[in-house]
Amino acid sequence: MEVPILKQGPYLIASIQSALSDADLVQLRDALVEQVGRLRSRGVIVDVTALDVMDSFATRTLRDITFMIRLRGAETVIVGIQPDVAFTMVQLGLKLEGVPTALDLEEGIAFLGKKDTSPAKEASPRGR
Amino acid sequence: MAQETRESRDTRTTFGPAHQMTAPTAELLRQLVAHLRQNRTQLREEWARRITEAKLLTAMTKEEIFAEATSVYDNYVEALETGTFEALQAYARNLSERIIPRGVETHEVVGIVLLLRDVLARSLFAKYQNDFALLNRILDAYEPAANRIANTVAVGFVQERERVIREQQEAIRVLSTPVLQVRERLLILPIIGVIDPQRARQLTEQLLRGIRTNRAKVVVIDITGVPVMDANVANNLVQTVEATRLLGATVIITGLSPEIAQTLVTIGVDLGKMNTVGDLQGGIEEAERLLGYKVVPFTEKAEHA
Repeated sequence: MEVPILKQGPYLIASIQSALSDADLVQLRDALVEQVGRLRSRGVIVDVTALDVMDSFATRTLRDITFMIRLRGAETVIVGIQPDVAFTMVQLGLKLEGVPTALDLEEGIAFLGKKDTSPAKEASPRGR
Repeated sequence: MAQETRESRDTRTTFGPAHQMTAPTAELLRQLVAHLRQNRTQLREEWARRITEAKLLTAMTKEEIFAEATSVYDNYVEALETGTFEALQAYARNLSERIIPRGVETHEVVGIVLLLRDVLARSLFAKYQNDFALLNRILDAYEPAANRIANTVAVGFVQERERVIREQQEAIRVLSTPVLQVRERLLILPIIGVIDPQRARQLTEQLLRGIRTNRAKVVVIDITGVPVMDANVANNLVQTVEATRLLGATVIITGLSPEIAQTLVTIGVDLGKMNTVGDLQGGIEEAERLLGYKVVPFTEKAEHA
């Protein structure tokens, strides 16, 4: 199933609606990396609220997306990881290091907004 | 009691192939019970004396010991007579309920039952010393029953003790994990007591749920009340912090004691990625800073205005 990518102002929103195959994930990655340049977006939000499993490939792909998009000059944030999913991921050692996360879409937009207005200061609490 | 019921009971409580409870055995047991009833006062006193001598049940007074000894003795003889252990089991449970809160140990309970077994066996030796064959047969009847009684009482005591422990564990578990909101988007999680893997898991789950329902952005975990920490617990803590981050919240850990700090550095747990602050107050102040709050005293506020 292809993931719809919505343009919302300066941001791209990819909302994952169901479990994705590895090919779908790769397709999502390529589409995001391509569109972020074409649409001159400043941020990308990947919403995983609907996912109730996150395997190592999905985790790695999300990480890749983040780093690739950073190289293209935009920031990515993963939003909506469920508590159970988070717990399982940590137990499996899937840490998403270096990838910003937020509670939900609203928080994700707020996070990107903060990054956007003060890119030089890095004042965000999660500027790690 | 009618002979028939006696026999049907006897067959219910056989003690293995070597000790089929045949009619003569039942007869011997009856003799035995009669003997124990006759000498009740004297044997009971002898037993109480031996208990005191062995320094058992020190948590109880002499009178209490004697009173308990009397009822244990009667129950013991009754179990020998009827060959059924339900009444004794119930009594053992009841006894345990009463004496466990007073600090009576397992070895003491087992000790007194074994003492009674010895006292009774000795009185049997004394009574039948002239007829060695009869003594042997009496002991054949007595020993399996006595062993089973000792077993019943000990198991009853241990079960009761385990029940108490389970109840207490449950109570601790229920009490132990409050997730509290102190400000909009700020949660605190004070942890008191020892953390085991099960509790760590529960803590994490509860915290993650709390973050979601309260839409928290910062969590202060206060571990002032955690006495010791080993590698496992530390790793659990690291996992909690990472899981929290995946939900988009930041964790601040406060109240690491000097001992725990030393242990963690010695065992080489990587707490580098963790945000630690000395005490709970400092943690909350840091959290307020992250959230953009500024707490100002009233007077200062008035001056600024």
